[in-house]
Amino acid sequence: MTPDVSSLVESDRVAGTLYTDPDLFEREMDRIFHSTWVWVAHESEIAKPGDFRTAWVGRRPVIVSRDRRGGINVLLNRCRHRGASVCDVPKGNGNGFTCPYHAWSYALDGTLRGIPYPEGYEDVVEKKDLPLQRLKVASYAGMIFASFNDDIEPLEDFLGGARLWIDRFMKQGAGYPIKVQGEHRFRFNGNWKIQLENTTDWYHFPIVHRSWMSSVDAETASMLSIMTDETAVTHALGNGHSVSVSVAEHVDLDVDDGTEKLQDRFSHIVEELSKDLPPERVRRIVRSLHGAGFNLNLFPNVAMSMAFFRVLRPLSVAETEIRHVALGLEGGPEIVNRERLRIHEHFQGPFGFGSPDDAEAWNRVQRGVTGGTDMPILVNRGLGREKPNDLGQPTSHATDETGMREAYAMWKRMMTDGN
Amino acid sequence: MATDSLSTALADIGLSLDDPRAVAAVSLIWYEAHLLDARCYEDWDALWAEGGEYVVPIDRETTDFASRLNLVYDDDRMRRMRVERLTGGLSISAAAAARTVRSVSRFVVTGREQDAIEVCSAQVLVGYKREETFVLAADVTHRIVFGPGGPRISRKIVRLVNSEDTVTASGFLL
Repeated sequence: MTPDVSSLVESDRVAGTLYTDPDLFEREMDRIFHSTWVWVAHESEIAKPGDFRTAWVGRRPVIVSRDRRGGINVLLNRCRHRGASVCDVPKGNGNGFTCPYHAWSYALDGTLRGIPYPEGYEDVVEKKDLPLQRLKVASYAGMIFASFNDDIEPLEDFLGGARLWIDRFMKQGAGYPIKVQGEHRFRFNGNWKIQLENTTDWYHFPIVHRSWMSSVDAETASMLSIMTDETAVTHALGNGHSVSVSVAEHVDLDVDDGTEKLQDRFSHIVEELSKDLPPERVRRIVRSLHGAGFNLNLFPNVAMSMAFFRVLRPLSVAETEIRHVALGLEGGPEIVNRERLRIHEHFQGPFGFGSPDDAEAWNRVQRGVTGGTDMPILVNRGLGREKPNDLGQPTSHATDETGMREAYAMWKRMMTDGN
Repeated sequence: MATDSLSTALADIGLSLDDPRAVAAVSLIWYEAHLLDARCYEDWDALWAEGGEYVVPIDRETTDFASRLNLVYDDDRMRRMRVERLTGGLSISAAAAARTVRSVSRFVVTGREQDAIEVCSAQVLVGYKREETFVLAADVTHRIVFGPGGPRISRKIVRLVNSEDTVTASGFLL
């Protein structure tokens, strides 16, 4: 039976069944993940012709490849003959993809190039009719998105108010292009939207991450003392996207009034960089070491969170895979990229000082909600103090639930209108 | 025959139980596993030599851990903070840690120095948390140094079989 989906999301609450109903999950796959723009890779991961990596759009496996002309292709990882996956490695470089079953071979852009023993296909198959299924692809600031929906709106329109923040996020390269430096992957037993909510939820941070806060230096802990910081705000950006500012002075890393003291923890990097670079360059790079001063949540599956990407992949109604993608400076100083790796390892991943505590909290949400699906999930924090900013975007404190309300408004629209 | 030559061969390429340092190293590795399963992290920390390196890499092939992203890449300071995190009472995942039982076996001595020995082994860890039982398997390399205080761990590299895939772990150490 089709649920009355519109009744499940109100402006200040959502039904508990949003985390537990398998029918809703199926509908989400069709109406959201297989219909809208879904992030699949960063351009640095397929920098050279022949580079490829595998990814997921909803539950469908895809290959993201760079062809010989430099074009980016996103292809369903499924042979047109009898359905086997044609690429079984997470990343690599090659001339194309050959099915292991009957050796049908495809070019990097998905064109069917060769069929062994073709005599049996005379007057039966035209190769040009059977390329790998190609998804619609678009890229913004190095972020590659794909969609199964050929009629989807342009990516730039979909990103809308988020584009400004993507541009700002990339400024942490301090003049160098951003590159992927590796990733942590783990799963938790919970619905994907529990994680979706988390990126702009600074309310949980000092509670769940007390052990991480106690392990970092006082300057870093102070930088993230959000609760009492009036400059820490969340904006709803439209189309389900939102941004939470945690470090206001790092929103635009090109802007520097010179009053900020560089953290003592980076003094060895300042010393090393100063051997080759002028003080203003050193300062620009070191101020960016923690990344941008905000978490940008892009509906439905990727966040650009301070210094990393957080990518979610729904596996089932109660199981989700998370990737935390570490970022560095392409061609940048090695000491800086290594420091960024150490910062990432300190918080992220299954043995980090932060991620396991997040996963524990999300797992507890799933268990609790399953025990009382008739009770709503409250996303009403800050409703009384939410006001439009000068761009008309609903804005409240970073600990408020404005970002979640924005995501659920989009969820409701897509789940009911068939967009 | 062959028993003697086999013993000689084993002594050359791997573990010889006639080698007291190898036996001491294996005993230490087993004791370490016991302490980790018992979650006696402060006692575990005391097994380490100063300047110890504790790594759970993502790339199973690399030896250049510093320039790669790892799951764990600890010097003394990070390892002690990790112990503090697991014992300090502030972490909800540590409070709800999985129960673990691990076996370490398939010992092979892969390096000998004047004051140290390198031992490779297989580790199979079975964990249990909230109605789920799971397995994590890894190739492990220990470098054990022999000083005045007895054998200590100077390096431990844990190469999980699934390190490049999803790794789900909660509140325990490998």
